[in-house]
Amino acid sequence: MSEQMMGVINLIQEPDELGSLTASRCLATVPFGGRYRMIDFTLSNMVNSGITKVGLFAHTKFRSLMDHVGSGKHWDLHHRQSGLFVLPPVAEDMSDLRKGDLFHFYMHRDYFARCHLEHVIICRSHMVCNMDLSAVLKQHLEKDADITLVCKRLDEEPAGLARRVQVDGNGRVIDIQEHFGRLETDIASMEMYVMKKELLLDLVETSLARGQDDLIKDAIMSRLGSLNIQAFFHEGYLGIVNTLPAYFKYNMELLQPSVWRELFFMPGRVYTKVKDEPPTSYLKGAQSVNSLIANGCEIEGTVIGSILFRGVKVGKGAVVRNSIIMQNGIVGPDSTLEHVILDKEVKIEPGRDIRGVEASPYLAVKRKVI
Amino acid sequence: MARKEMIAMLLAGGEGKRLGVLTKNLAKPAVHFGGKYRIIDFTLSNCTHSGIDTVGVLTQYQPLVLNRYLGIGSPWGLDRRDGGMAVLPPYMKSKGGSWYKGTANAIYQNMSFIERYDPEYVLIISGDHIYKMNYDQMLADHKRRGADATIAVIEVDWKEASRFGIMATNEEGRIVSFEEKPKKPSSNLASMGVYIFTWPVLQQYLIRDEENPESTNDFGKDIIPAMLEDDIFLNAYSFKDYWKDVGTIQSLWEANMDLLSDRTSLNLNDKEWRIYSVNPNQPAHYVSPTGCVTGSLITEGCFIEGRVNHSVLFAGVQVGENTVIEDSVIMPNVQIGRNVTIYRSIIGEGAVIADGVTLGTPDTNTDIHVVASDEMVLRNESASEVEA
Repeated sequence: MSEQMMGVINLIQEPDELGSLTASRCLATVPFGGRYRMIDFTLSNMVNSGITKVGLFAHTKFRSLMDHVGSGKHWDLHHRQSGLFVLPPVAEDMSDLRKGDLFHFYMHRDYFARCHLEHVIICRSHMVCNMDLSAVLKQHLEKDADITLVCKRLDEEPAGLARRVQVDGNGRVIDIQEHFGRLETDIASMEMYVMKKELLLDLVETSLARGQDDLIKDAIMSRLGSLNIQAFFHEGYLGIVNTLPAYFKYNMELLQPSVWRELFFMPGRVYTKVKDEPPTSYLKGAQSVNSLIANGCEIEGTVIGSILFRGVKVGKGAVVRNSIIMQNGIVGPDSTLEHVILDKEVKIEPGRDIRGVEASPYLAVKRKVI
Repeated sequence: MARKEMIAMLLAGGEGKRLGVLTKNLAKPAVHFGGKYRIIDFTLSNCTHSGIDTVGVLTQYQPLVLNRYLGIGSPWGLDRRDGGMAVLPPYMKSKGGSWYKGTANAIYQNMSFIERYDPEYVLIISGDHIYKMNYDQMLADHKRRGADATIAVIEVDWKEASRFGIMATNEEGRIVSFEEKPKKPSSNLASMGVYIFTWPVLQQYLIRDEENPESTNDFGKDIIPAMLEDDIFLNAYSFKDYWKDVGTIQSLWEANMDLLSDRTSLNLNDKEWRIYSVNPNQPAHYVSPTGCVTGSLITEGCFIEGRVNHSVLFAGVQVGENTVIEDSVIMPNVQIGRNVTIYRSIIGEGAVIADGVTLGTPDTNTDIHVVASDEMVLRNESASEVEA
């Protein structure tokens, strides 16, 4: 496919109820799935769909984001003529930071102007999925839509926060609703919008002129009647990860082989920053059952129904059950963990017994010693 | 270009005949090792950690996989503006050209590469060995002792000494004799194939060696003996850490098994001395409710529904239900079905083992069972057909 679409990853005011997981990092860099950060899924989807120009609109707490994405080379977005472009806020004073995404798009309008591609896809970082975005563009062109919104029919109430969408018999979006409210529909918005770059810039300017600065709430939701907004239905797996219960639930779903096989391999691979950890070492007496374990771990104890990120150590006699342990966590000998989320580099002293419950897992902040 | 104090020349053209089917389509340095590495990763990472930023990699035999793997050296931090990694295959010159006739000839043919950097010292290493070594400390020893050449040596088992280049030293640590693979070794100090030469000295010997039609153009067989004859200062640098020549199926298997031992001195999880490699980009490995892993090294991308004990699994290996794997090395992307039993085996990259197959035996007196890369093993074969 000849390239027609640029990617925008919009981190501005992303809905976030992840508690201390986002105390010092943005949602986009919350660790997920054993070795990834949330943003890896969106970045990989774009790259696997043939997108080579990606503008990353950073907003707040983006040190970890800069560290993670670097030059973009791990996603093969480090080219001579294109690649990843990180666009931090251009703010005259602190109050500018509070302005909506349209303001920030406007401040970086040169980035859009310089790009010769006709279409743009705008995504968030909290929709965990593996999908071919070029199929969205294809449908967008076939239906001659002004905007195409990627949606998902839900089988059950999602654990995370998502806008609801009402679609008519022709696939046209007739209503979009905020996270809370009365609209009864099983269709969730995946917050991915395809449109002409020209239309986006037009929405930016006309909205800002009216004193409005939010792409969805102001520019799009007020134009449902005048613009032809079509829904594209994603059939694959989706995790909406912007609350703590959702974070726990969608991580744990990776322990289902069908989810593991689909999310990480189909249709494309998921890329992340390379860490050069050695393979995981299971020492004598170690055991792991129904678990997802990244490289660089040293396991002497028992791991059941859990997710271990890179470089985690589980001491002798320790039992880790239904828990998520992030990078370089240390579980001391003879400790027991159940329904626990340990942020990076948490150390559990020997013999501790820490238990949360499934609906409300115990969450330890980064570098805590317990 | 700024002058380099020392550059490295890495001999990576080895055919590795004794590795049989494992080197049918790739050079020995590209053979997989230790769950996520290839053998050459160890020497390349040593270079990076020793502050060497210019490495010439000499390739010859089956270089396709190796060349693709090395790229421009980025995984090892060797994509540098001044220097970095250069892959050096034999090439045509205005007066014809030839294959590398021996290790010394390979360096001789690339003297112009070395001279571009005008180094004081040249490090000669090979991509066939597993070890972690700081070449900078070896260089410091070379300079302190004012040597013309320094050879890294390690004490090996007397029984194995006849497999190596064996050296005798005097009380000052000067090498007084050198024998390549002696039948009756006079010492157990083996050359590790790691040499530092003061460049002008080596240059002179390379030219002389090339002029000698009798020479086999080999460092161990020709250059070192010639230097000894001339009473040049050959310094022995003693190395006491883990070092293994993985030239045979048995030693390759052993070196992998060494990684599973609690007593191994080859720590792959040393944050100060990471072994760099090309990352396969696979998700975290998954062990199912029917799976069980003990005493093993498991790499990302593995999907394990069977029992794995005391084995090394590379990236992307699938193990079906009711399958048992013991004391084995399973290379990348091998697919193993259900009810399979594998003992003491090396399974080559991309091989497929069908349901119900039995490979290898737990009997420690038998040879290691080998399955070639991309081979399909659909049913049990008689042991004699497939023994390495």
